[in-house]
Amino acid sequence: MSCCAPSSDHLAAALTALPSDEEVAVAARDLGDGTRQIELSVPTVHCAACIRSVETALAKLDDVQTARVNLSTRRVSVRWRGDRLPPIVSTLAGLGYPPNLFDDAQDGRDPVLSELLRAVAVSGFAAANIMLLSVSVWSGAEGATRDLFHWVSALIALPALAIAGRIYYRSAWSVLRRGRMNMDVPIAIGITLAYALSLYDTVHSGEHAYFDASVTLLFFLLIGRTLDHVMRNKARAAVAGLARLAPRGALVLAADGSRDYRPVTEIEPGMRLLVAAGERIPVDARVVAGASDLDCSLVNGESAPQAVAAGSTVRAGTLNLTGPLTVTATARAESSFLAEMVRLMEAAEGGRARYRRLADRVSALYAPVVHLTALLTFLGWMIAGGDWHRAITVAIAVLIITCPCALGLAVPIVQVVAARRLFENGIMVKDGAAMERLAEADAAVFDKTGTLTLGRPRLTNAHEVAPRLLGIAAGLAAHSRHPLSQAIAAQAGVASGPDWEDVRELPGFGVEGRTGEALWRLGRAGWATDGRADEAGTVLARDGGIVARFAYEDETRPGARATVAALAADVGPVEMLSGDTEEACRRVAGELGIGNWRSGLLPADKVARIEELARQGHRVLMVGDGLNDAPALGAAHVSMAPATAADIGRNAADFVFLHSSLSAVTTALDVAGRAGRLIRQNIAIAIVYNVIAVPVAILGHVTPLIAAIAMSGSSILVIANALRLMRTARRGAAARPAAEPVAA
Amino acid sequence: MSILVYLIPVALFLGGISLLAFLWALRSGQYDDMDGAAQRILLDDDEAGGTRADERVIL
Repeated sequence: MSCCAPSSDHLAAALTALPSDEEVAVAARDLGDGTRQIELSVPTVHCAACIRSVETALAKLDDVQTARVNLSTRRVSVRWRGDRLPPIVSTLAGLGYPPNLFDDAQDGRDPVLSELLRAVAVSGFAAANIMLLSVSVWSGAEGATRDLFHWVSALIALPALAIAGRIYYRSAWSVLRRGRMNMDVPIAIGITLAYALSLYDTVHSGEHAYFDASVTLLFFLLIGRTLDHVMRNKARAAVAGLARLAPRGALVLAADGSRDYRPVTEIEPGMRLLVAAGERIPVDARVVAGASDLDCSLVNGESAPQAVAAGSTVRAGTLNLTGPLTVTATARAESSFLAEMVRLMEAAEGGRARYRRLADRVSALYAPVVHLTALLTFLGWMIAGGDWHRAITVAIAVLIITCPCALGLAVPIVQVVAARRLFENGIMVKDGAAMERLAEADAAVFDKTGTLTLGRPRLTNAHEVAPRLLGIAAGLAAHSRHPLSQAIAAQAGVASGPDWEDVRELPGFGVEGRTGEALWRLGRAGWATDGRADEAGTVLARDGGIVARFAYEDETRPGARATVAALAADVGPVEMLSGDTEEACRRVAGELGIGNWRSGLLPADKVARIEELARQGHRVLMVGDGLNDAPALGAAHVSMAPATAADIGRNAADFVFLHSSLSAVTTALDVAGRAGRLIRQNIAIAIVYNVIAVPVAILGHVTPLIAAIAMSGSSILVIANALRLMRTARRGAAARPAAEPVAA
Repeated sequence: MSILVYLIPVALFLGGISLLAFLWALRSGQYDDMDGAAQRILLDDDEAGGTRADERVIL
């Protein structure tokens, strides 16, 4: 079996969202010397055979110089010579790897990751060498040899602190300047004081030096930090690689009739634009010529397509379904509906910015207590003995032993394991704080269209229609891109119907065609019967007489009912906020068992409702997908969006789930809850360790050897505890059947 | 104990070489695509240009 053959319907769904060659040409970078480069996201690439087929096929195209796949980021970078764009998109799509364009300023490289890896390497090198020398000291090296070893250690540790420690110094300084506290502050103080004291002792031929403690601590912490970064970046790259929904540009129709593809930012009000069927409207505009149906579900939550004709106003982001439109732009991209949503979102962002991470809250208490203990130890030894060197040594030993190695790892290591677990289930989490916030949620708010439902109509009364008529309807419907037609075609399957002649689609009305003498029409009742029937709905008519009526419903997402029930039982009240009509909302709410719902809401109304819930003391989990949900996603305590959501919604949400099932919400809640428990356990372990170790340190019994053993011991304990989350994940994954295909 | 005068620098030097090698590898982009590197070992170089694009390796 080839692991790489994408299923055919997956491909068909992705094909409609392919970037046009004009978009790719606009996005390509000019490298000078006559070559250009484009980076495309190819989410379906996942093994050696995929790499090979993509690279060889692209390299064979004329003008292409190099094509290189990056499997970690699921991207392909193509470089070609000359101004003419090689057929990259169609080649990739033909192979079964539909590409997307993505917004990402950095070209494949990640400076933060490089810095972290460099720091890990330097501190690892230093830790290994210093530990080697320290072991000799612990085994009994004395006198001049010991001093020599200490000096060498000091020399190795200095660059390690400068290069690897810089990350912590920078972070600690930036929070201290704002008068806040985080875990990096005690770490920075601890390693610096340990180094300074050891240097002093080395100069004075002292017996103990803590260079090893200072550098190994840095090494352990950096490993945790690097893993955390890698995991988060993987999630971010996966979200950035999803198909872009907002168009990058539009075909501008000049006064002399010439056509020119321009980026969205260059479109001015008054320009005439050409929007083909299957494309999204780039900016707010008014229709000048043509008729079509628009899918507005992503923009305002209405599930039923809207018919538009000359004179109608259309909003940026809506999808043109059936016919080509000529429109006049009425606003620039910055003042279009999308930009308005961004402004609303910025205004609404609140609860999230105020949230302080658990680790920061713990360290805000922890650091003063530790530093106070060290100070009191110093004072106590001064009063008891009067030997200031001895007093400082013991005080710094207290600082080192309490230096939150275990605490610094306790939180990130659990979050790394949890993020990985979510990643395996097709859920991307933006950062660790999001997981903590999700575990706190006590109310859930859902959008309807595209979130609880798939935003795709389904034929409900197929059994009431005679099979022969259904076959005829399906034959006609196959000629149309209208979602209602596609629902009929999908329901009826491929049937050998009559031969059609003169089939044409009338955008906004329906499809008509002839078989022999009969004229069949599928579409709006009023049009199909030439105005004789005065009813709403979709019908099949023969020579103006209705022969079949079709009823639809918006298909609910798989797992929606179970998810709603689970949330209502475990989390708190579940609400549905929708921009759709009351009737559509009542039906979905009834089907899914949601008692509390509101319909016909504007984006600002959704934000207002979430803020009202927040005022009542709820921490709201918002799940939504549309442009109109983006402000609400930003306002909620924690938010989730499906991969099919509008770009802005995906960026605003804390979690993005790739599979179509809504059970991702409960999975994420479950993992976040368990991660939260493990984090608390880990913090408890770190505190218990301190309760035992601190008295020993205060009494002056901690030698560098004891410090090294105690610190490594507690770190290993904390990591082992975090890995328990992974073990249950494996068992869970083995019990489940193979993961469903990732939605493009 | 005078042997230490040679051995410690030698040990540090050798360790330092591997550190520099790692930093060089990092800078030259060898850590940019860890998953890809793991898979590319399965590809045969000598077939470049010899296979049709639609042929797929059965792994």
